[in-house]
Amino acid sequence: MPVNSLPTADTDAPSRLSLEISGISKSFGRFPALKNVSLQAKDKEFLALLGPSGSGKTTLLRVLAGLEQPDAGEVRFDGEDFLAMPVRRRKVGMVFQHYALFRHMTVVQNIAFGLKVRKRSERPAKSEIDDRVQNLLSLVQLEDLGKRFPSQLSGGQRQRVALARALAIEPRMLLLDEPFGALDAQVRRELRRWLREVHDRAGVTTVFVTHDQEEALDLADRVAILKDGELKQLGTPNEVYENPADPFVYDFLGAACRMPGVVAGNRLTVADWETVAEKGAPQGPVEVFFRPDEVAFAPTDGAGLAGEVKAVAQRGPDVRVECLVEGQLLELAAHGPSLPAGVAPGLALRIKPLRPRIYPVAG
Amino acid sequence: MTAATTPAGAKPISASRLPGLAFLLIVASAVVMAVLVLMPLFTVFHDAFSKGLGKYLDSIREPDALAAMRLTLLVSGISVPLNAAFGVAAAWCIAKFEFRGKSVLLTLIDLPFSMSPVVSGLVWVLLFGAQGWFGTWLIDHDVKIIFATTGLVLATILVTFPFVARELIPLMQDQGADEEAAALTLGASGLTTFWKITLPNIRWALLYGVLLCNARAMGEFGAVSVVSGHIRGLTTTLPLHVEVLYNDYDFVGAFAAASLLASLGLVTLVLKTALEWRHAGELAANRRH
Repeated sequence: MPVNSLPTADTDAPSRLSLEISGISKSFGRFPALKNVSLQAKDKEFLALLGPSGSGKTTLLRVLAGLEQPDAGEVRFDGEDFLAMPVRRRKVGMVFQHYALFRHMTVVQNIAFGLKVRKRSERPAKSEIDDRVQNLLSLVQLEDLGKRFPSQLSGGQRQRVALARALAIEPRMLLLDEPFGALDAQVRRELRRWLREVHDRAGVTTVFVTHDQEEALDLADRVAILKDGELKQLGTPNEVYENPADPFVYDFLGAACRMPGVVAGNRLTVADWETVAEKGAPQGPVEVFFRPDEVAFAPTDGAGLAGEVKAVAQRGPDVRVECLVEGQLLELAAHGPSLPAGVAPGLALRIKPLRPRIYPVAG
Repeated sequence: MTAATTPAGAKPISASRLPGLAFLLIVASAVVMAVLVLMPLFTVFHDAFSKGLGKYLDSIREPDALAAMRLTLLVSGISVPLNAAFGVAAAWCIAKFEFRGKSVLLTLIDLPFSMSPVVSGLVWVLLFGAQGWFGTWLIDHDVKIIFATTGLVLATILVTFPFVARELIPLMQDQGADEEAAALTLGASGLTTFWKITLPNIRWALLYGVLLCNARAMGEFGAVSVVSGHIRGLTTTLPLHVEVLYNDYDFVGAFAAASLLASLGLVTLVLKTALEWRHAGELAANRRH
């Protein structure tokens, strides 16, 4: 695919910081949307802002774009004070949740808009604009649809036009607000891979907002998890998944089973199961989290939590096992081979969480 | 008729009675329409031409009639563009921004609709008339507002203020501010964004609003009557001219002038219908009326 209209990714200084957000706060009336949020993104990094609705992730994105002015804090990009710059000078390419395509313009006119509104001295020649629009059209695989209006396109096509329009201005940073929010699952997965490719090729620092943890973990270099306007954790997908900072993050990043327990010294006790507590675990009453697929099944005389199988449902190699443990119905997952033969409803067994995470009981 | 689709025997009474009733209602409304709308309209043209085409043309070409037409065009030519500008500005504020007092502003925009036009005229007399608040000052500085074109324009603006704004607000609220935000991030200035994004998105609704505003501006009687002073050839707009002639028992002249106003109404109606038909999706009117 021809992408000569895009700046090519250079390889020097890949870990240079490009985006530095420090102490950003923003309220709407009495509602605090962002509370003292600080984070950084490296040059050419793909950063995901992940959080449930109302967590402030879109507000943060709009602050970066210049569409909202924060009450406090600082945003620097490549060392420049971004907040002092009006929206139009920031050169950020933004893809809106509902694409915000110009409804009275064709696809080509939409993509060319950012180039045509430039001052005459900075505006490329008409032929150059045409070339660049054609290149972008082929990048987003919409060569034949240039003359269509947005209303004549499917959701996925609109999304690609919005991306092409944002890339046309050769943005210093790309901002995507729930880029796949309005698409169905199939199109979503296809576009996800493709978007990552476009990012890698364009070599632009990208910040994208999503509430879908799978999307964030799958796509991003690093993930920032927000809740109620606060940054909960920032790290690579593996870091945050393996080492969630708190119960919220643990719960938000994947299915979780939760049991009450007690830590005394280096011993963790959950119901009748006793094991070694991880180093530095909080003392006293705790909450123990484990992933439903990170358990070992053992006979009743083995180690683990005593439970009773209530239901077993098999789908290909994956088996869902519902177990009653300590009066709590846990939905566990196992791969066919890891499930001992004979697990059937009514069977009493022991379940041993392989990697329990211990958090202090929330106050 | 629903009778055809109803299975035989199922509720035969209501099935046969309802279409009959509907038919009666349609006939009744047609009769009412004919008596209340078509007949007066016919009378206007009939009386205007009752002494023949020559007499009709004469009374239209008479200097006072021409002056009244010119004045009407002048007054609406000033007040409609101003109200279009005010309307776009007000709708833009209300639809795209959050601010304190928004609902108060909305209510104020609607005020002329709920107020008698006579009051809309009278307020200007109370402010700028000889006995009004600023009357003495205006006389001292030789500024004439009441009994002059300025007063007519002010009265017309006040009466027709809501038309454009009311038409645009629901549409602009519907469209949201995302496209404008997108244009800004792409490097467009505020002004470019307005001309290239905001205005094209509301063009048909704006035209519709302007059309209604113009029809009202040209036809306004009550408010302008108060501030006009009825000086023939100087401060009589077309509707006032009709009244003056009628009071003088010049029926052909009165109806000839009235026929012009009626024609204006018909043209407005045709254009309005055409707009509704071609650009239904872009008109807020369809959601409101």
